[in-house]
Amino acid sequence: MTRVLELDAVSGGYGDTEILHGINLHVDAGEVVVVIGPNGAGKSTAMKAVFGLLNLTAGEVRLDGQNITNTPPSDVVKQGVCYVPQTNNIFANLTVEENLEMGAFVRNDDYRPQLEKIYQMFPPLREKRNQAAGDLSGGQRQMVAMGKALMLEPKILLLDEPTAGLSPKYRGEIFATVRQINAAGVPILMVEQNAKQALGIADRGYVLVDGSNSVQGTGQELLSDPKVGELFLGGGRA
Amino acid sequence: MYALYDFINFHFIPGLVLGSIYALGAIGVTLTFGILRFANFAHGESMTLGAYFAWSIITLTGWHPMAALPIAMVLTAIVSIGIDRGFYKPFRAAPTIMLVIASFGMMLMVRSAIQFSWGVQLKSLQSGIQQPLILFDAIRISPKHLIIFGAAVLLMVIVHLILSRTKMGKAMRAMSDSPELAKLTGIDTEQVIRNTWIIGGALAGAAGILLAYDTHVETMMGFQVLLPTFAAAILGGIGKPYGAMIGGLIIGLAEELATYPWIGDTPLVSPGYKAGVAFVIMIGILLWRPSGIMRGRTF
Repeated sequence: MTRVLELDAVSGGYGDTEILHGINLHVDAGEVVVVIGPNGAGKSTAMKAVFGLLNLTAGEVRLDGQNITNTPPSDVVKQGVCYVPQTNNIFANLTVEENLEMGAFVRNDDYRPQLEKIYQMFPPLREKRNQAAGDLSGGQRQMVAMGKALMLEPKILLLDEPTAGLSPKYRGEIFATVRQINAAGVPILMVEQNAKQALGIADRGYVLVDGSNSVQGTGQELLSDPKVGELFLGGGRA
Repeated sequence: MYALYDFINFHFIPGLVLGSIYALGAIGVTLTFGILRFANFAHGESMTLGAYFAWSIITLTGWHPMAALPIAMVLTAIVSIGIDRGFYKPFRAAPTIMLVIASFGMMLMVRSAIQFSWGVQLKSLQSGIQQPLILFDAIRISPKHLIIFGAAVLLMVIVHLILSRTKMGKAMRAMSDSPELAKLTGIDTEQVIRNTWIIGGALAGAAGILLAYDTHVETMMGFQVLLPTFAAAILGGIGKPYGAMIGGLIIGLAEELATYPWIGDTPLVSPGYKAGVAFVIMIGILLWRPSGIMRGRTF
């Protein structure tokens, strides 16, 4: 298996506050990897570490074996990492199509074939392509956010809690979409609160506690791990 | 008794002309506010600067003011970009209030530089009195007003095309929506900022030239229209260029229509207090609908 993304003993935080204490995780080609953990465990922070949004004090982030530690976000994007933040992840006043076009900002070639692919993947977006993205439903906004990220045909897609604030019905849709994107060949690293559902679609998962690795394994292993179940899955059991 | 024609000739048409000038200025204010997150107090001085550039070009060449307009716009844009490079760029990560104060300082510096280079006496872009065009035996439009309104509308159409059709225009709107997301998306934010200064500066220059063409060239002219320009940007919604266009027209019309004798035979608002109208509208909007007509940013 080719290793697409690897965090090797990464420590860092905001300013002088260290939040991550030597995190290890990796994503291989074709995988969906989910990071779960309690609030404040550093899940989203770990993701930001990849994207150069964090001050890393130790360790290395590697993309396709190349060191991208502390590379600024604008360069990380150009190297093929796309990040969909949890909130504020679409340009609300731009139309759906303009959002997708902005996703392709760093491309200098013809992005229209990719636009067509994204419309095929998300038919509702084609229907609403001339509407302001801010007027769409929560689930469709997430589609815009993911579609926008996919315009670059990224090497890896980072999703920060894509189902946060969505109703259970939409949650299912989003997870199905994540699977669909992955089936098209894009590896995905996803941080999730809805641990049970997320692990259900994941190839592998990591549990972070207090900025350190706790448990890891395949999605199924974590789902059946009594310790994990007790910690995170109890309340969420549907 | 005032007839309908007088209303049109002395209030409505001048209101539209003034409004279109405010609109051009307000587009720059709203773009800078939306993209760079600060109220640029020096924007009025860019207008003044545009008018003085035009005056110099006309004095040197004897051209019509509208022929001097594009060149003066380019010169104003170059100065705007130079000021950004040398003055605002180091403040990029600084708190907004520092930029606002810095722009206030810039306003004083640019104005002093203008007074130093061109002197403080009144100048005019075109001398002589023009015969107004008379339509339907009653409506009198000065050719100057037609040209000003036409040029302003043409520039607004160009801005619209840039913002809605070009990659850079869309990136400007995107960054105005969310600078953080623009960075994460890989949009070249420094390039967007440069283009914002170019467009904002060029339009401010144009507004100054059109204002000077309607009235005269004077070192305080930009500062005097800064308040209605800000009012127009706030009324339209901060960060909303189309809002700024509408806001500009409304403020211009409101100022002129307020002097119409709506009740009795005397003007509703004495022309001397005309400038206060924009202020009243601005305060009203900030109190009751701070996001403005187009639901812009609030602070």
